[in-house]
Amino acid sequence: MFASITNWDGDLINQFNRLQNDLEQIWGSPSGPANIRAVARGSYPSINIGTTSAGVEIYIFAAGLDPKQVDLSVQRNLVTIAGNIPSNRPENTSTYLKERHAGEFRRVLTLPEDIDPDSASAKYDNGVLRVSFTRKEEARPRRIAVNA
Amino acid sequence: MTAHQTVTTANTEAQKNEREPRLVLRPAVDIYENGDAITLFADVPGVSEDSLSVEVDDKTLTLQGDIAITMPDDIESLYADVRSTRYQRAFTLSAELDTTRINASLSNGLLTVKIPKREEVRPRKIEVTTS
Repeated sequence: MFASITNWDGDLINQFNRLQNDLEQIWGSPSGPANIRAVARGSYPSINIGTTSAGVEIYIFAAGLDPKQVDLSVQRNLVTIAGNIPSNRPENTSTYLKERHAGEFRRVLTLPEDIDPDSASAKYDNGVLRVSFTRKEEARPRRIAVNA
Repeated sequence: MTAHQTVTTANTEAQKNEREPRLVLRPAVDIYENGDAITLFADVPGVSEDSLSVEVDDKTLTLQGDIAITMPDDIESLYADVRSTRYQRAFTLSAELDTTRINASLSNGLLTVKIPKREEVRPRKIEVTTS
């Protein structure tokens, strides 16, 4: 269950992931057609997207980022996030595990059509970049009064 | 009938709580070693200093943290790579590491743990003299 810090990483789940990847390479992915902008499972960074009645919230899990170096752009309902995670390997060291993403990354997200691209706001806190969009005025749910 | 239903609900709740700790995220780590220390970097985005715990217990180093993000109340998931709110990972440490002087720091969701080696096991350069 525990991996020794100076030994090979004997994590069972990791080995199953590797097995699954190998099998998918042999037989192909079991699902049907994928989104043309789809990325491989496990792509960096991890992203959660949630919708509310007022808008769409994106949470980008990217630790150790310099907020000034993040390139965030919107084109209609496509959001592109790009940045760079610097390598922090101390000098004159040997490496045992190297799982963290290092170097450049880019991910494109397709959001619902009814968001207002001009409403974007972004905040980086504890390693999570939160990008918020509001829906276009005409797309928001509204209450219709029933007249007697 | 009502009492019976209550019991059923309580059971499901207990099962849920029992199952919940299994859903943990395994943070990606980098581990480097030199003559003086082992340095570990772990990605724990979403974890604040208050919700992070780094513990050493009998040669086991355990990293644990909870993602604390404030979200709107009526949010519904559209897409999720991150499906749990708890990070957890453990490592066994070998005897030459000085577990009393472990140094951990957290910055922007990046955890750095530095584990120094005991003074007496650090590599020494031996001067070769010619007579």
